[in-house]
Amino acid sequence: MQDRETEQGETSQSGDLLTAEGIAGAAGGEVAVFEQSQAVVKRLQRFLHSRPLASPSAVLLLAFIFFSIAGDRFLTATNVSTILAQVMIIGTLGIAQTLVILTAGIDLSVGAITLFSSVTMGKLAVTWGWNPWLGLLLGIALGLACGVFNGWLVTRLKLPPFIATLGTLSVFGALAQWFSDNATIRNSDVDAEAGNLLWFGNIWEPFSGFRITYGAFFMLVLYALFMYVLQRTAWGEHIYATGDEPESARLVGIRTDRVLLSVYAVAGLLCGIAGWLWIGRIGAISPIPIVNANLESITAVVIGGTSLFGGRGRVLGTLIGALIVGVFDSGLSQLGFEPLWRVFAVGVLVLVAVALDQWIRRVAA
Amino acid sequence: MTTTTTQTPVLEGRGLTKRFGNVTAIEDADFELLPGEILAVIGDNGAGKSSLIKCLCGAYAPDEGEILLDGEPVVFKSPLDARDRGIETVYQSLAVSPGLDIAQNMYLGRELRKPGILGSVFRLLDRSTMRAHARKQLSDLGLLTIQDIGQAVETLSGGQRQGVAVARSAAFATKVVIMDEPTAALGVKESRRVLDLIRDVRDRGLPIILISHNMPHVFEVADRIHIHRLGRRIAVVSPESHTMSDAVAIMTGAKEPPPEHAGAHAGG
Repeated sequence: MQDRETEQGETSQSGDLLTAEGIAGAAGGEVAVFEQSQAVVKRLQRFLHSRPLASPSAVLLLAFIFFSIAGDRFLTATNVSTILAQVMIIGTLGIAQTLVILTAGIDLSVGAITLFSSVTMGKLAVTWGWNPWLGLLLGIALGLACGVFNGWLVTRLKLPPFIATLGTLSVFGALAQWFSDNATIRNSDVDAEAGNLLWFGNIWEPFSGFRITYGAFFMLVLYALFMYVLQRTAWGEHIYATGDEPESARLVGIRTDRVLLSVYAVAGLLCGIAGWLWIGRIGAISPIPIVNANLESITAVVIGGTSLFGGRGRVLGTLIGALIVGVFDSGLSQLGFEPLWRVFAVGVLVLVAVALDQWIRRVAA
Repeated sequence: MTTTTTQTPVLEGRGLTKRFGNVTAIEDADFELLPGEILAVIGDNGAGKSSLIKCLCGAYAPDEGEILLDGEPVVFKSPLDARDRGIETVYQSLAVSPGLDIAQNMYLGRELRKPGILGSVFRLLDRSTMRAHARKQLSDLGLLTIQDIGQAVETLSGGQRQGVAVARSAAFATKVVIMDEPTAALGVKESRRVLDLIRDVRDRGLPIILISHNMPHVFEVADRIHIHRLGRRIAVVSPESHTMSDAVAIMTGAKEPPPEHAGAHAGG
């Protein structure tokens, strides 16, 4: 019941649509009423169309307020910093996923690349005892290479992104298992050989109780960077144009294949960096697949208001989406709900977000 | 006033041939666009007029023949090549990105960056300049009923979108604007505005190639009409000397074309 209430922000908006149509239907001859309520709906649709961050922000705010009132331990500096630490991997992968989804693609291999990069860093820098910075750099470069491979499959072999990355999900995942010899490297060994790999797990405490990991802080820096890149540079604009109408983009001279290749490459690079973050997060190097990394990064993008059809959305929305999931996680567990209800709530949010997107996209003059 | 015979065509095609396997789309076709005119290109479906236009705008490379721009032979490897030489095309699909705003669409693919280090190192777009130029261009063409230059193109009407596409071409073209069926998707009122717009662009000195199936629109705005039939130019007529039914009859082969180039110098 609680979960339903917290989604008020979303449902009340689509609820307006229903009542407006209901009134119009019931009124029959009352044209004035019909036009008036239609105008309200139209205005709302236009508002949401021009402000893609409005609905995810409202949901996050309402969820935050609700859990702060309902659970007395929710609004504490410790809890907020815990939520930030928990979303740092999904948040970072969410940036990669946003880039790909903006081009109307999807990347199912983000979790596998992240894992492959992190075990490679461990193998080179710890097991083989290479220079720890070289090991780190090669691990990140491997992420980039995996991304380039995805991009090659999509642009050269013309494979649909879903299929291409479904394949590489298995390929990179299996390679990660093989290269790591399926062995975990313990925290003490990592610390002794390559302490730099654990760097993102360090904690910065700007004031008492609020402890933010370097990793979570770094994730926020990445968001700032990609907000700039997507909204203020030609590359960002070309990503939107490529996802929106590829044929139009080609006709105005954008080399859409290059844009796509670069997007998958940058996504891979971000996954490589996430591999480093992952080591800091779990404090060891493990060959166990990162559970749900793919689906949760897609969930964050979708809840954040980015359209799966490409060309619409904001990377900041993905951060908000990841935080919404984090807030539900933390809030519901504090209220004593079983984890299954959190899964349920996130599922409902995804459905509402996609339905809302479909409706907003129908905005026309 | 100079006569047309002494004018160098802005864009000229001589003996253009384009084949696709066994199919010959155009054969030994000529084409001539004079300075400051609106030249309509009409022809039945399959007559090869779109292949002709695609050769002229760089989308196809002709198998034979040559293209001259201001009397100089040119070879276009792609539409971008032609665009770099000052030939802009308004595609029937408009080639706009619906989710981006008006200013973004006008500069899409040739964005301006801020001067100095902000632009060269940080790749920062110069949005304010692009918006100012876009606004000026639209108001010059009397299109500023569009309230907000930051409005997404998908929120505009069909005619307004056409306006954005035309304004973009007019802003960047230095030689020729090619318009492919600009009124095909529009209602009566919006078509009227677009026809006015075409004249405005012409009056600012840019010659226009207008491809259209709509005979009333062609006869309303064209200075000369290039009639294409069976892969080649069969006649060039003037709207003053020929009626709409004459043009249609020549186009479909029901009527003999006037003697070679009879209409070409009309109005000169």
